[in-house]
Amino acid sequence: MSGLLDLVTRVAGWAQEGEQVEVYAMRGRETEVVVYDADIESLSSATSAGVGVRVVRDHRQGFAYAGSLDDDVVAETLAEARDNVAFGTPDEFVGLAEPDGMEPAALDLWRDDLEAFPTERKIELAMELERRVKEGDPRIRSINSSEYGDGMVEAAIATSTGIRAAHRRSSCYLSVYALAGDEAETQTGVGYSVGRGPSDIEVEEAAADAVERATRMLGARKPASARLPVVLDTRVTATLLSILAGTLSGEAVLKGRSLFANRVGELVGAPMLVLTDDPTDPAAYGASTYDAEGLACRRNRLISEGVLEGFLYDAYSGRRTGVPSTASAVRAGFKSGPGVGARALSLEPGDRSQAEIAAMVGEGLLVQSISGVHSGVNPVSGDFSVGAEGLMIRGGAFAEPVREITIASSIQRMLKEIVAVGNDLEWLPSSAAGVTVAIGEMSMSGA
Amino acid sequence: MLDQSLIQRVLGDALRRGGDFAEVFVEDRRASSARLDDGRVEELTSGRDRGAGIRVVVGDTTGFAHTADLSEAGLRAAAEAAGAAARGGGGGVREIALTRQHTTRAYEPAVLPETVEKARKVELLERANESARATGDAIVQVSAGYADVHRRILVSNSDGLLAEDDAVRTRFVVSTVANGDTGMQTGFESSGHTMGFELFDELDVEELAAKAARRALTKLRARPAPSGVLPVVIGAGRGAVLFHEACGHGFEADAIEKQASTYAGKVGRQVAAPTVTLVDDGTLGREWGTFAIDDEGRPAQRTVLIENGVLTDYMWDFLRARKAGRPSSGNGRRETYQSLPMVRMTNTCVLPGDEDPEELVRQTPHGIYVAQMGGGQVNTATGDFVFGMTEAYLIENGEITDPLRDANLIGNGPEVLRNIDAVASDFAMAEGGGMCGKNGQSVPVGMGQPTLRVSGVTVGGTAA
Repeated sequence: MSGLLDLVTRVAGWAQEGEQVEVYAMRGRETEVVVYDADIESLSSATSAGVGVRVVRDHRQGFAYAGSLDDDVVAETLAEARDNVAFGTPDEFVGLAEPDGMEPAALDLWRDDLEAFPTERKIELAMELERRVKEGDPRIRSINSSEYGDGMVEAAIATSTGIRAAHRRSSCYLSVYALAGDEAETQTGVGYSVGRGPSDIEVEEAAADAVERATRMLGARKPASARLPVVLDTRVTATLLSILAGTLSGEAVLKGRSLFANRVGELVGAPMLVLTDDPTDPAAYGASTYDAEGLACRRNRLISEGVLEGFLYDAYSGRRTGVPSTASAVRAGFKSGPGVGARALSLEPGDRSQAEIAAMVGEGLLVQSISGVHSGVNPVSGDFSVGAEGLMIRGGAFAEPVREITIASSIQRMLKEIVAVGNDLEWLPSSAAGVTVAIGEMSMSGA
Repeated sequence: MLDQSLIQRVLGDALRRGGDFAEVFVEDRRASSARLDDGRVEELTSGRDRGAGIRVVVGDTTGFAHTADLSEAGLRAAAEAAGAAARGGGGGVREIALTRQHTTRAYEPAVLPETVEKARKVELLERANESARATGDAIVQVSAGYADVHRRILVSNSDGLLAEDDAVRTRFVVSTVANGDTGMQTGFESSGHTMGFELFDELDVEELAAKAARRALTKLRARPAPSGVLPVVIGAGRGAVLFHEACGHGFEADAIEKQASTYAGKVGRQVAAPTVTLVDDGTLGREWGTFAIDDEGRPAQRTVLIENGVLTDYMWDFLRARKAGRPSSGNGRRETYQSLPMVRMTNTCVLPGDEDPEELVRQTPHGIYVAQMGGGQVNTATGDFVFGMTEAYLIENGEITDPLRDANLIGNGPEVLRNIDAVASDFAMAEGGGMCGKNGQSVPVGMGQPTLRVSGVTVGGTAA
């Protein structure tokens, strides 16, 4: 890892008079095994590396990247980024992050045992998962794919403004896509388990989840349209929180794209709503020592007792707003510069289980999964409409399965109409934690 | 891109431990993009990425490795890693004779993006920004993006194939925000083609931006979309997302092979109304999903999927076709050299019928007219799919009336195909620039269709 930090530090040192240079470099290894019908369908192994360089001069910035860490390529990339600077519009707030004295959290996101984990064992795990799902229930017809995957990534950032950051993380997952039913009907269910190393993986849990989700949908029908209370399963909540994150970005606020602009201090959600982004929580999948500009990640409270407390910022949006960066810069690999985003959002859990929440709701809908999030949720207008499937809740208990429905409302209303948050918080492979949430009323469109 | 004898050595290494088939895929991609937002050109980005993916197939097992190191040592190490999956096979030395395949392109780009001054790309953004803002006082935000990709690929395999392609794609997008009494609304327009900078000789970025602005402005007076089943008239062009989701993904042979599609075993059967003919055509001129060869070296082709309502064929890649004992249909695509190819669509089009598009609306007493769709998503195993409307209107007494707020529609593929009760004689390709995601890989796809009507689809709004 010191190799990467040395590289980025050296290149950041090539900054010329009147210029700021940021160098981000990453290196990773990954394996993926896909099993189908007790045979290996594919076995992929790969290494990748790349560099992204940002140059700032005269209040303008340019960016360039390359999929190589070779010295000559890195030098060319810096030259290209420098050349790109001239075309930006000057903006007094443009500039790199500067060291802010915040100590990085001591996070251990790396598992040495992953490195030593033999390929044979990875294959066995995927096969075992497939077998357990098949044996889990006679109604399981086939397994579309059973997968094991892992990755080990190191990244380093250095800037001519004094930022020096290097960190590494490992991850691995097991995932299965099961089909249940007969000739006349098919239902599907996905189960998975994720962790930082092989010892975190729970094969049985992933298998049971896929079996349960696929088989409980058998016999699903399209119900009549209705307005009713909706209980969101943990995975669904995690998806919604990651959309909500976009509306809580300081950059979206500055650019007039956030529904929550000018609403700090106001009630935007139900009083039990407490929302935090905390990448320093080692249990979070998105836990990270540093943000994408090399500042130490920290805990940021966004909503407290339903009241909006603030937004997430990177260096640019913070400077332009007149507040410090919240170390919320993220980037999608080395091919793009930083932007604002959440890494580890979670709602403060309540004290009821999912079953207790269903009992409380009485008559309603449990949503097991949603689809069309990108086409049906508009984070600017707040319009919310997604495809859904799940179980009806009748007399406080889970009843018949339903499919081919949509649930609709608006982001603003949904936050205000939350009536319960479950005690089942779990970190999912996402920028948010899952937890059961009940919403007082939504429109369900069906037959 | 690589020396022929080196390719032969790498393929030989890949099969050293056994295997039925080996392939080297080399990619060299140069990309540049520029973004304007909030009145400022924020950043110009340029990048280069190249590497090779090597796969070895043994029976039903594929071994795959990729590397950014295109030296002989790097390639042979990747070949070794890919070949490791072929354990226990009858290895040995294999002589592979390569035959260079002639590549015909439907269109040759006139102006390569790397020869265009960066300032000209930036200037397009500024023109789009000004035009969108001038469209109405309620336009409070505009972002515009320019992007080009110049992608050279080489595919060679142990069957003796050696093919190369050199493709340029150029894309321009505008998104707008309008603010009014009822809150904010958004508008989006894009244009994407498999061509060079000459795109802008024909594409009026100011008009594109004005359209995106009008879309947001119109929605300021939109009412909530209805909730429930209604007839839906889908305008020519972008509405083809419906077919992409309702049956396109379900016609991909990987889903068929695993019986994970509602269309498995249905070739020769009536799956849609007799007015429906659907093709997948990778050879269409300068369209967004067009290419000369797919990412397995197979020339692009036109495949009829549905003819007069009857399912005629699926889409195939190399592996699935080999298993079925038939040729690939040129649908083997991958996002980059770092991914394995799979079955993907190219340009998926419904052919025109013979009804008058305006008459379709007039004959609809109460329903919805969809002028623009966003994306969608499908579960091919159940056939349930959603697609989002980003510009839509109510139809009342055969006339298009009030604009509607964004919502998803949901349907079941086979049912919706049967419920198409009218296909008009007009036809338009979607503007282009759309990306299709599958198993984590994103590729450019095109689509087109005439105006058509579905007798009933569930509209996921909030109004009673």
